[in-house]
Amino acid sequence: MSIKKFVVGCFTEEQALFSAVKKVRSTGYKIHDVYTPMPIHGLDKAMGLRDTSLHTAGFIYGITGTTTALSGIGWIFTSDWPLNFGGKPHFALPAWIPITFELTVLFASVGMVLTFCYLCQMAPFVKKHHFHLRSTDDLFVMVLECTPTSDEAEMSTFLNGLGAKEINVQEAETGWWLGRYDRNTQPFEKKTASTLA
Amino acid sequence: MALLMYESQVRPPLVDGDKDYHQITEDIIRPIESDPSKLWWTGFLIAVALLCFGIYSVTREVIYGVGQWNLNKTVGWGWDITNFVWWIGIGHAGTLISAILLLFRQGWRTGVNRAAEAMTIFAVICAGQFPIWHMGRVWMAFFVMPYPNTRGPIWSNFNSPLLWDVFAISTYFTVSLLFWYAGLLPDLATVRDRAKLKWRKFFYGLTSFGWTGSTKHWQRHEALSLVLAGLSTPLVLSVHTIVSFDFATSVVPGWHTTIFPPYFVAGAIFSGFAMVQSLLVITRKVLKLEEYITVEHIDVMNKIIVLTGSIVGVAYLTELFISWYGQNKFESWAFMQNRVNLFSPLGWSYYIMMGCNVLSPQIFWFRKMRRNLTVTFFMSVIVNIGMWFERFVIIVTSIYRDYIPSSWSTYYSPSPWEIGFYLGTFGLFFTCFFLFSKFFPVIAVAEIKHILKRSGENYKEQMGHAEQEPVEEFAHEMAHAH
Repeated sequence: MSIKKFVVGCFTEEQALFSAVKKVRSTGYKIHDVYTPMPIHGLDKAMGLRDTSLHTAGFIYGITGTTTALSGIGWIFTSDWPLNFGGKPHFALPAWIPITFELTVLFASVGMVLTFCYLCQMAPFVKKHHFHLRSTDDLFVMVLECTPTSDEAEMSTFLNGLGAKEINVQEAETGWWLGRYDRNTQPFEKKTASTLA
Repeated sequence: MALLMYESQVRPPLVDGDKDYHQITEDIIRPIESDPSKLWWTGFLIAVALLCFGIYSVTREVIYGVGQWNLNKTVGWGWDITNFVWWIGIGHAGTLISAILLLFRQGWRTGVNRAAEAMTIFAVICAGQFPIWHMGRVWMAFFVMPYPNTRGPIWSNFNSPLLWDVFAISTYFTVSLLFWYAGLLPDLATVRDRAKLKWRKFFYGLTSFGWTGSTKHWQRHEALSLVLAGLSTPLVLSVHTIVSFDFATSVVPGWHTTIFPPYFVAGAIFSGFAMVQSLLVITRKVLKLEEYITVEHIDVMNKIIVLTGSIVGVAYLTELFISWYGQNKFESWAFMQNRVNLFSPLGWSYYIMMGCNVLSPQIFWFRKMRRNLTVTFFMSVIVNIGMWFERFVIIVTSIYRDYIPSSWSTYYSPSPWEIGFYLGTFGLFFTCFFLFSKFFPVIAVAEIKHILKRSGENYKEQMGHAEQEPVEEFAHEMAHAH
């Protein structure tokens, strides 16, 4: 959660992105993020992002569901209240498979979606800074983070050379805040010396 | 120009016309941003009227009891459970399109998956109504949920297929809803970022959860979709399998058949695709989305209809053969007297089922028929009538004349309130679908953009030139494209 300065470059063709990302990284600029209207396969690798572990989380949620179902039904039917169904065994594993399967799937999916929302910091009334409104329509927006030593004009010329069509400098909050999209809420007051005092 | 991905000219384009990314957004989001047409209002009001009649019918049932329906000994399950299985079956096509076809990397699913998944969710909501209100004392519906209670604790019976059904259908509904909504997030963000009106900014800002389109988020989103698809695939097969267990694990002749699970699943996909066709043939016309839901899409879905219809046909004949081959008198009675005998009280329903489900879809062997919209729409209605009768045949003809002739109830026919309840679920379904088509993008915008450069008409034409190029040159260009 902090306000930083960014140089924003908008591309109209996704092919240009791959070579641009490579050049930006080799030059040594820091890519804050690339915002695209649809998934672009391989861009995450080009940007050097690590693979997501969401699958692993899903697996863990799944086996939690399996154990919940098996141990729950097992305890209920063999110890808590053993009902007699025509003298059949109390521990009737084959008959429990459908519910066990359903709970596995239920736990895995609900858990994964919640984890996804948590990791991406997404929920109703969550608001984030938009570098360009058309990044959900037809623009591919590359955002470079400025450091105290970086020269914005130089970065803009660099992005222009890579094929970016629209370039500007923005100051933005990097995190999320609670707000509504029909209102212009400022995330946090700028923490200047006077407000801190 | 370097091409992102090569695809053969043999495959027809999935997006017609000269489109770019912005045009796709414009085309698909236009219905949301413009006022609904008179046609929309007419359809919506009819749906709401039906829904109100359904609510009235159900209210009568709650006040006066299940006696408002003409259920009796031995027909304890009649129209209500028939309708339940019918609606659940319809839901299956949505998951098949969104999950199984995603795993099989079928590009054409992108044009129809959003609407089909919405259809799934609404169909499951409709299906759920029947067992719930059939309970009679519906205020005790929560008894099906296992929780430590003060009644013993008496737990629900985990060995009963009816309880499996509770778990299967509630899981199916939840997972379908999550899958559908996860897919909707980026598209809702697209609507939000274009919104001019205050309420639209608020509503789509709220529902899009603050989606930005960050590369990391897309990476997680793709992983989530893939795993949810992998989970939904066995789930959708399990749901109708478990529905078929409601019958197959009983000892009623005509029901206790081992063939039921695959037979029910094939039937479900069959009727579901028919419902997708009924909805999309109209939707694409009304919302002017013919370039995204092309005749090609309709053609492919008709192929699935003829395939699954034939699988169902084989199942019918197998059942019939086994009832003779098994040499069980009661089984044979259920099939030969209650069903095949045209002059028995409900024999006619067996022939409606055979005609609509097995014979009529065979016209889809002809390409001309598959690509004819009128024929497709007509057939989709016929198939759903046939599939309704399939469930009616299975449920009612198996039980209306059982072991003791003195308890035969040969005159089972639904009461007006039974029919009203069924019509009410149509109202519910179409009310939901009309609202969906007005307020949500009926086609997955981001997914269409994703396949545009591979399967869009204008891009495929460029690939035609690529096919004329020498192979080495093309391979060289491709190697540098990434």
